[in-house]
Formats: sequence, C-alpha cells, structure tokens
Amino acid sequence: MEFFRIKKDIPFMRHALVFNVISFVTFLLAVFFLATRGLHLSVEFTGGTLVEVSYAEAPQLEPIRQALAAQGYPDAQVQNFGSARDLLVRLPNRDDLDTTGVSEKVMGTLKAVAGPAPELRRVEFVGPQVGKELASDGAMALLLVIVGIVVYLAIRFEWRFAVSAIIANLHDVIIILGFFAFFQWEFSLPVLAAVLAVLGYSVNESVVVFDRVRETFKKKRNLATPQVLDHAITSTISRTIITHGSTQVMVLSMLLFGGETLHYFAMALTIGICFGIYSSVLVASPLVMWLGASREQFVKPKKEKEEAVV
Amino acid sequence: MNRYPLWKNLLIGLVLLWGLIYTLPNFYGEVPAVQVSSAKATLKLEPTTVTDRLANALKQAGIEHDGIFADATSVRARFASTDLQLRAKDAIERAFNPNAQDPSYVVALNLLSASPSWLTSIHALPMYLGLDLRGGVHFLLQVDMPGALAKRLDATTGDLRTLMRDKNVRHAGITREGNTVVVRFRDTAQREAGRKAIQDSTQDLQLADRDDAADDVKLIATLTAQAQKTMRDFAIKQNITTLHNRINELGVAEPVIQQQGADRIVVQLPGVQDVAKAKDILGRTATLEVRMVDDSPGLLEQAIAGNVPFGTELYNERGGSPLLVKKQVVLTGDRLTDAQPGFDGQTNEAAVHLTLDAAGARIFRDVTRESIGKRMAILLIEKGKGEVVTAPVIRSEIGGGRVQISGRMTTAEANDVALLLRAGSLAAPMEIIEERTVGPSLGAENITKGFHSTLWGFVAIAIFMTAYYMLFGFVSSVALAANLLLLVALLSLLQATLTLPGIAAMALTLGMAIDANVLINERIREELRNGATPQAAIAAGYDRAFDTILDSNITTLIAGIALLVFGSGPVRGFAVVHCLGILTSMFSAILVSRMLINFIYGRRRKVESLAIGQIWKPGNN
Repeated sequence: MEFFRIKKDIPFMRHALVFNVISFVTFLLAVFFLATRGLHLSVEFTGGTLVEVSYAEAPQLEPIRQALAAQGYPDAQVQNFGSARDLLVRLPNRDDLDTTGVSEKVMGTLKAVAGPAPELRRVEFVGPQVGKELASDGAMALLLVIVGIVVYLAIRFEWRFAVSAIIANLHDVIIILGFFAFFQWEFSLPVLAAVLAVLGYSVNESVVVFDRVRETFKKKRNLATPQVLDHAITSTISRTIITHGSTQVMVLSMLLFGGETLHYFAMALTIGICFGIYSSVLVASPLVMWLGASREQFVKPKKEKEEAVV
Repeated sequence: MNRYPLWKNLLIGLVLLWGLIYTLPNFYGEVPAVQVSSAKATLKLEPTTVTDRLANALKQAGIEHDGIFADATSVRARFASTDLQLRAKDAIERAFNPNAQDPSYVVALNLLSASPSWLTSIHALPMYLGLDLRGGVHFLLQVDMPGALAKRLDATTGDLRTLMRDKNVRHAGITREGNTVVVRFRDTAQREAGRKAIQDSTQDLQLADRDDAADDVKLIATLTAQAQKTMRDFAIKQNITTLHNRINELGVAEPVIQQQGADRIVVQLPGVQDVAKAKDILGRTATLEVRMVDDSPGLLEQAIAGNVPFGTELYNERGGSPLLVKKQVVLTGDRLTDAQPGFDGQTNEAAVHLTLDAAGARIFRDVTRESIGKRMAILLIEKGKGEVVTAPVIRSEIGGGRVQISGRMTTAEANDVALLLRAGSLAAPMEIIEERTVGPSLGAENITKGFHSTLWGFVAIAIFMTAYYMLFGFVSSVALAANLLLLVALLSLLQATLTLPGIAAMALTLGMAIDANVLINERIREELRNGATPQAAIAAGYDRAFDTILDSNITTLIAGIALLVFGSGPVRGFAVVHCLGILTSMFSAILVSRMLINFIYGRRRKVESLAIGQIWKPGNN
C-alpha cells in the first residue's frame, strides 16, 4: 500500500496567507469563548467536594436534591454521570461549611433517601488553598515547556524555527481550551496533562518538518526558501498522516473504552492532534518563511584558502 | 552489511530478557495474605524472630500457609483462600497481641503477589497500583505552622518567666505580642541583667531593645530564623510520627505517610473503605495542654457576663461547669511519654495514667509544689477548640513524673482519652485540605478500562502497520510490543505508582512511539524510490531517521519533564509513565527493530527487494 503518490511538491507556501488567516480566526474564536464563557474547571481547581455513587437501578434525582437541600446543601449539584445509575454530587466550598465532614454527611443523606441503596464510588474533597496552587503550578509547567522547547530548538536549529514552532503550537493549546470553553466540558487535571503532552507532541511534528527543511537547504542549492519548505512538507506528509493516524487510533481506543474518567483526556488529545497537524505544518512553516529563514543560516560558508606566495 | 556485532545483539537480547522477567509478576495476580508490622515507633521489628513466631502461631492453630516473606518493616504470610486468611489473622492476632488494649504489632489483611518466590527474591514485583486503581483513601493534611509558632512562643513566655525568677531579675511583665515576646523592665540595668540571663540560657532568641519611656524599657524577643526552621522541621516530623502511630491503630497494611512540600503531609490508606473512621482518627489533631485555673473570686462571673479578664480564657469542663483558665501553658503534650487507661487505686473510678519525661516531671513538680490547693486544667485542644478534660485540685506535690487523671469519666472515655494522648499529641494542629476516596469496584473497573484502551489501540496500530508496511510494519509492531514490555518492567522495577492517567500515558506513549518506526520506514521507502539498493536503503533509512527521532523525542520529553516537576497527583502519575515511555521507545524503536531487520535481511548476500509494501515511483504511471 502507498497512500501518497505525489508527483510534484505541493505548493503549500502559495496559500500560506490563507492558512494563517484560517488559523488566526480560529484562534480569535477560541479566545472569545474563553473570555465570554470561561473554562468549566473541575473540583481540583475550584475546591469543593465531589461524591460519585452508583445505584443498582436508576434513582430519582429530585428527591435526592431535596434531601440534600434539607440537610443544608441547597447549592449541591446532582447529576447523572455516564449512565442513569451513576450519580455525581458536587458541592462548592463555603466558608461556613465544616469541610472535613461533608462527604460523610452527603453519603448519609443519600442513604436516607427512599429508593435503591447507593454504593460509594469516589469522593474528592479539595480545600480552597490547593486549587489555587494547582492552577499556578499548571501555568508554571506551561512556561517551563515553552522555555525548554524554545531553547532546545534555538540550539538545534535557529531562533526563527524555535519561535515559529512555539507560536504555532501555543495557538493549538488556546484552541483546545477554546473547545473546552465552548462546550463547557470539564477541565480537570488529566486534561491539563493532555494539553501539555499535546504541546510537546505537536512541536515534535514541526521538528520533523524543520529537520527536512534543514536537510533540503543543505542538499538542493538551487531552490528558494518557499520551494524548500514545500519540498520538506511534501516529502514528510505521508509520515505525518500515518503517525498522527496511529496516535489517533490509540486515542480513539481510549475514547471508546476508557470510560468517563479518560473521556475528556482523550477529547483534548483528539483536538490537539487534529489542530497539531494543521498548525505545525501549515502555520509554523510560513512563519519560518516570514521570519526570514534562509540557506545561509545552515550552510556554513566555506573558508577561503589563504595561500601565501612566498 | 546490515549486521550488528555480537555484543550488541547480546545486549539487546539481555535487556529484553530482563524486561520479560520483571514484567512476569504482573501476570500472576494476587493472593490473600496477613501482614505483621510493628505498632510502636519504639519497637523495632526483628524479621527472623517474628517469622519464627508467625510460623509457630500458624502451626499451633493448624493453618496451612503458602510461604512467609519478611522485609525490614513487616512480615507477611500468604494463604490459599480468604477463609484461611481470616482464620489466620485471628490466630496471629492472639499470638502477637496478648493484651488487646495495648497491641505491640499491627496485624492486617493484605494482598500479596502470587508470583513464584524466585521472582520475589530478585525483587521482581508487580507494578505498584495507585489508589484510583486499587481503591482506598488519600488525604492531604496541612500543618498549621503559624499555630505551632504561636504555641512555641507561649511556651517561651513561660520559660522566660521562670528564668527571670531563677536569676533574680526583676521584670514588669512578660507577654506574647504577635510573633514576638515582650519583656518589660523598670530600668536599663535590670534589662541588661535580663538580656544576659536570656543570652546565657538560649541561642534561639533574637533580642532587640525598645524604650517607650524612661521607666518602661523593653526587650523584644523573636525566634531566630534557624530556630524557626528547626521548629518547623520538628513539628512536621512529630506530626508524621504521630500519624504513623494513629494509623497503626487502624490496621492498614501499606499506609503511605510522607511529607510534601514544607508544611504538608500526604496520607494514603490503600484498601480502607471506612473513611469516616480513618478521618476521625486522623482528624483528631488533639494536643494536650496543662494550664492553671484562675479561681479568683468574682472573675468567673465577670467572664460569663462576656468580659473575659486579660490573660485568661473561658472553657467548659467536660460535661460540667464553665471554668476560667489562664492562657499561659504550664506543660504541653510534647512532654508526655505515655498514657494508659486504668482505675484509681482508691475510688475505683476510671482514670488515665500519664507518664512525663524528665523535663516535664520537673516542671510538674515545681508547679504542683507552688500551687497546692489550686486547680489545674488539662485541656485537649482539637482543631483550635479546647476542651477541659478535667480540672483536678492539686492535693500535694507530684514528683517522679507519674500523674493520674480521674473524675467524671467512663471507662470508654478513659480509653479514648488515653489513646489520643498516647498516640502522641501533635506538635502542631493539622487540617485535611484534600481528600480522595475510591471505592474498590471503581478501582477494578478503572484497571479494565485502562487495559482495554491500551490493548485495542495497540491491536489496531499493529494491524495497520503490518498491512501498510508489510514485514517492516510487523517488525515495527514487535518493537512496539517490546516497548510496552520494557515500560511495564521499568515501572515494576521502580515501583512507581501506576494510576489511571498513568495507564492513559502508557497508551498515548505507544501511539506516539510508533512515530519513530513510521519515520524509519518512510525513509527506507524514500531511499528505495531514489534508487538505492535494498541493503543501502535500510542502512540509510535508519541513519537518517535517527536525528529526527532524537529531536522529536527530546521536545516531547521536555513537556514530560515539566509535567513531572510541576505536576501533582494525577498529573504526576501521567508524567512518570510518559517520560519513561519516551526513553524505552527510543530503545525499542531504533535498536530492537533494527536488530530484527538485520536478522531477516542483514545476512543475505543478495537482497532483491524489501517487503516494505508497494514502492510507488513518480515515473511508473
């Protein structure tokens, strides 16, 4: 089998502006949704209590809500989780709440409600001081990834490549966050991990293309920079599609079999992979071109022999 | 031409064999076991003698076991069924803890790997599953350091008072103000005497002068940075020891109690389902304080009316009347070495017998001598709220450090109080700031889900790779399997905690690792397309792809390391597996696949074509 039978280099760079405009518009939309809707942060970030219970048969939600309200938790969110038999109760932190006993009291209340008996699946309680730290740690991790990747690429390639790669891939991160804001999917710690993993992963994509660019610069002396980029992208496109396809197969498997816990993790990866291909190939490369990458940066000028005539 | 030297083949072979051996224990599953470990910090467990006692106890009870294993801190016996396990637990409990009131050993139910003992003896253990996979409770506790500091300064205030009296320095009052202790003097001469006395007795205090008026000069004492650090370290260590003792009362097989950051403690109790009890025991951050009762006439009425006199606090005695207690602490729980429930020799009332250390005994003797006829209050401070356990009248001087508290207690209450005091009073109060409970059914489900995601993803990739790259794709799939094998072996060897995000990282790493083989295979095709001979194409393909693989893996690794450094909980679990997976994937994708390709093609003189799928050349159609 051979999927990609490409006779000539595809002139990607001719449409560079179009790709970047598309990408810029998506980026703006993502920022817009992040600003207007905000992320639906999980209990790990906001602090609060989460109790997941499972019933032998689907329980009635309304009596449970009323019972919890009667126990002094009128702000409890009660919803189904995954199936109708699984229930998730969320409670925000309040100053006047005795935080350590909440989960027991909630369980007690659920058990007291008439109907099927609940089985405790999971409790998470996060105090207010932890959530803020997690958010700042996440930001620090993001910063470290950015600095690390820029420095590494600047050493291995050239600063123009480093800057283009990081711009292209950071906009992936914003787009993933934009999706989470638009659909109000729950943004939890595993999702954060997925987002940062995607950042590393899509930079890796740019690296493969850049590697080819460097090689082509060295090998083919007669090509101009846009043609070099076209050639590099065209000759790696088969690998790009197959690799991302394979990774996506794995992620799809997580999406299908991984259950609720891995659902949004896999979702973030899916968006990341799709936009990762697009941005690292079609956004990063034009950026490199516009920043003025050229052959001279890679081919060392030959030293002229200085022969002295005696 | 495509041949690895013998040593390289051998090395790769050995690494794979090692991977296989260390992965093996994961396939055996677990059998019921009973674990014996020490219940007291002071009691060191002697593995050999405990093993013998354990074997004897089982023999006498007529219970068959499947082997006894000892390590530095515990001895475990395996059993064929849970029924035997429960019977054995009772028998062992009786043999090791004849006095159930004061157990010396923790006898707990546990699960042990069913792998043969030769694997266990080379430390080949199954992966260490996190709480989200095996079920259990996780707590993050925050130690209240400002509280500990305030307490320390209160004690310092008392010490300084004693010091001034001993050295005959006249002062006009010693009080704690915020994070400082202020000593007032009438004149500078007394202040100099005071300064000298303090400097001679302790190095922990930094002294500064403040003159408010000619006859009101002050020494402002603050704890030095060094002393504060020592105090913090001590507070957290003391709390960890205390938690250990308390958790031992719960009988958990493998509790994890660790410091996290400067002022936090992580407690993980695998298999514990009774969260309420666990929390009750942990949450009882009781500290013991002995203070004097202010029985001056009229003051109590004044306090009840809402006007609490300076330097005192109003408390309710357990089940009794209100009481005015001085703020100054005579003695804290740190001075307590033991507390036992018992009975008063004369009245036969339930009582708690306390034993104090030497310094505590001295202070107690001095205080009781000076205050005969007065009342002293023993306070249990739980989560910032104090309760007067008892406020006995001092009848006579109490020396020798043996103290008995009795009065208005039931036997059960005496037991409770003794347990709390014995388990050690915490150096500083703690608060639960994070709690995670995972039920056992969810844990098992998470394992299945994680396993299925990885399995089906792997199968799909293997099928596609083989279809697309033929033999080379098959070799890539084998290399990917080798990657999984090595990753599992490495995780088993390091005993790194595997969580559900960890399994997700495993799946994701496999999905990403195939990239290296795709790069190689595409390169080989390209070389063939450009007219290279098969052998040259293999060599060039692997060589040229190497740089790219290295670059792309390092960028992924940078992200992984950032997650490892800044991540906590689930993110960390993800990052560990992700980083290790990148390392193993480099090995397997490059070396293992190359070795296999070399075995297949490298020895042949003449290779007509490579089974790498169809090579399409632009000129062909």
